[in-house]
Amino acid sequence: MADALLELRDVHATAGGAAILHGVDLVVRPGEVHAVMGPNGSGKSTLANVLAGRPSVQITRGEMLFDGRDLAALSPEERAREGIFLAFQYPVEIPGVANMYFLKAALNAIRKHRGQPELDAMEFLQLARRKMKLVEMDEKLMQRSVNEGFSGGEKKRNEILQMAILEPRLAVLDETDSGLDIDALRVVAGGVNALRGPERSMIVITHYQRLLDYVEPDFVHVLAGGRIARSGGKELALELEEKGYGWLDAAGKR
Amino acid sequence: MAESENQNLERLANREYQYGFVTQIDEDRVPPGLDENIVRVISAKKGEPEWLLEWRLKALRRFLELAAEGHEPTWANVTYPKIDYQKIVYYAAPKPKTLASLDEVDPELLRTYERLGIGLTEQKRLHGIAVDAVFDSVSVATTFKEELERQGIIFCSFSEAVKRCPDLIREYLGSVVPYSDNFFAALNSAVFTDGSFAYVPKGVRCPMELSTYFRINAAGTGQFERTLLIADEGAYVSYLEGCTAPMRDENQLHAAVVELVALDDAEIKYSTVQNWYPGDKNGVGGIYNFVTKRGACRGRRSKISWTQVETGSAITWKYPSCILQGDDSVGAFYSVAMTNNRQQADTGTKMIHIGKNTRSTIVSKGISAGRGQQSYRGLVRIGPKAVGARNHSRCDSLLLGDTCGAHTFPYIEVKNPTATVEHEATTSKIGEDQLFYCRQRGLSEEDAVSMIVNGFCKEVLRELPMEFAVEAQNLLGLSLEGSVG
Repeated sequence: MADALLELRDVHATAGGAAILHGVDLVVRPGEVHAVMGPNGSGKSTLANVLAGRPSVQITRGEMLFDGRDLAALSPEERAREGIFLAFQYPVEIPGVANMYFLKAALNAIRKHRGQPELDAMEFLQLARRKMKLVEMDEKLMQRSVNEGFSGGEKKRNEILQMAILEPRLAVLDETDSGLDIDALRVVAGGVNALRGPERSMIVITHYQRLLDYVEPDFVHVLAGGRIARSGGKELALELEEKGYGWLDAAGKR
Repeated sequence: MAESENQNLERLANREYQYGFVTQIDEDRVPPGLDENIVRVISAKKGEPEWLLEWRLKALRRFLELAAEGHEPTWANVTYPKIDYQKIVYYAAPKPKTLASLDEVDPELLRTYERLGIGLTEQKRLHGIAVDAVFDSVSVATTFKEELERQGIIFCSFSEAVKRCPDLIREYLGSVVPYSDNFFAALNSAVFTDGSFAYVPKGVRCPMELSTYFRINAAGTGQFERTLLIADEGAYVSYLEGCTAPMRDENQLHAAVVELVALDDAEIKYSTVQNWYPGDKNGVGGIYNFVTKRGACRGRRSKISWTQVETGSAITWKYPSCILQGDDSVGAFYSVAMTNNRQQADTGTKMIHIGKNTRSTIVSKGISAGRGQQSYRGLVRIGPKAVGARNHSRCDSLLLGDTCGAHTFPYIEVKNPTATVEHEATTSKIGEDQLFYCRQRGLSEEDAVSMIVNGFCKEVLRELPMEFAVEAQNLLGLSLEGSVG
């Protein structure tokens, strides 16, 4: 079996001072898609944030290895440049900063880190146009300020577009399906599927099974009470859909 | 916000002042103090006509009256120790005083301007910008003069204009800002030493940006320049000013007056990038920038717009204003003011609507960091005859960290029922969410802050001429936003 791209060992973490994760173990190998499901408050978003390095989320015990390196020692931007991408549950608006400019700056920061030449405006525009087709995104959105006045669906598409352009090694999708109607969901899922590949791993965090109708995971994990209560194949998701999360409570709590 | 982020923001805010060097040069200076004799000496050094000396003396008497009656303004939201006006040197100039050509300019001075990025010699001139360089109390050089003259445009130092076109000076000097206007305007009118003058004749569109670069060098002096721009009927001119000063432990007073006059169908765009020395991080030293700027839209359909990027000075007290006298005239004020460390700024504008269907726009963006304190103060006055007048004001404040402050003081007086006046204001902090979002995409925290600040100021920066927009962005510690799309 290939070496792990990401390995979490007994990860405990606090968010805003409150203990949320109580010992998460997870191994993700290159090319694998892992779904992380769980009820509200089970620690799904904290898991996403501790991986990306949000300052208000602190790892208090355990370790996170990415490609063999200690993630906790890296700043959020260093993790991003190493290839960790977080698709935000609530993408942030940045007034006055054109989406196109923002993305170009991000891509060039990452390319520079990789020792690749930076793209100029024309090269970037061509790349962006190609990738925009993936998520059926209107080119006009590239000229607008980052996420400002975007609909919920447009914001999520924009996240997937960013992922397509930045080409991460590990993509963490934090409830990317929430708030999407069925058409938007299909487009977003189509974008995610197009980006699957042997060099790219994904952690798809979701509350509902329906995203997994479109994005078929290799593994499904159930997070409950800050720990992974159960792991299995894609059939676990169907079981959850049927039974709900209630039956896990006993398993998740100490 | 997390402690470490506040520290990082502070570090960003504390980048060093780049223009703090001192030029070693022979000076001709008068002794400190202010009385009739000093005013006479200044006037004599400039070989001024009698009427101008009389005007200065009237201003001096007014200033001394105001000072004796305790009328130094105290209403601004700034604090500073009392200024001793008798300790200031009111005239300092590099020798020699009058120059026939650039060849006679002290090479040390030319090097100074080159270090500031302003080339004055033929080979090093800025492309498409005519520059008047004012060093302490005098103008040392003006570029592209002959080219401009071919179109009938007069652009020279104020002192030279007094000799070349005394009728224009006599007609317009003090016509927008009378010597009795306010405390600092009275002081300036008494002791002003130099500044820039421009006249654009009827129907002429000035083919290049006119620019003045002000540099305070001498210690213990004040700088009191006077700028007068006149756009005759149908004329257009875009004018830029930039300012820097050495780092010194003492506070230096800069009390300038700028007057603009736009006749029928004329347009004046006036842009400022103000980067006087702001003092150190403990608030020692720095320039007191107490400036009166006002434009008169005298003619019908005339336009005046003020665009300012204020990053320097220990204290800023300035309200570039428009008097919208001509029917259908238009005034605009676009401002970015940044205060960090111990800087204080009380700035804004006045839009005085007199004529019918006059319109004005105010966009003010305030950024505070460190222990900076910032106030927007703006007056919109709609006179009884200003039928159909419209104003739109927007004041946004951005806070970096939690030890700074932002304040808004809008004054609205409407005396005509057909007027429309709108005022919007917001205050926001650079949030952890915004920073984290940018950093998660691979941008350093420094670049992220620059980008967010830059986006915040965009509406104002895009009003600046290209060359200045770049300088302003660099000043704000910004990367180049908008190079794509």
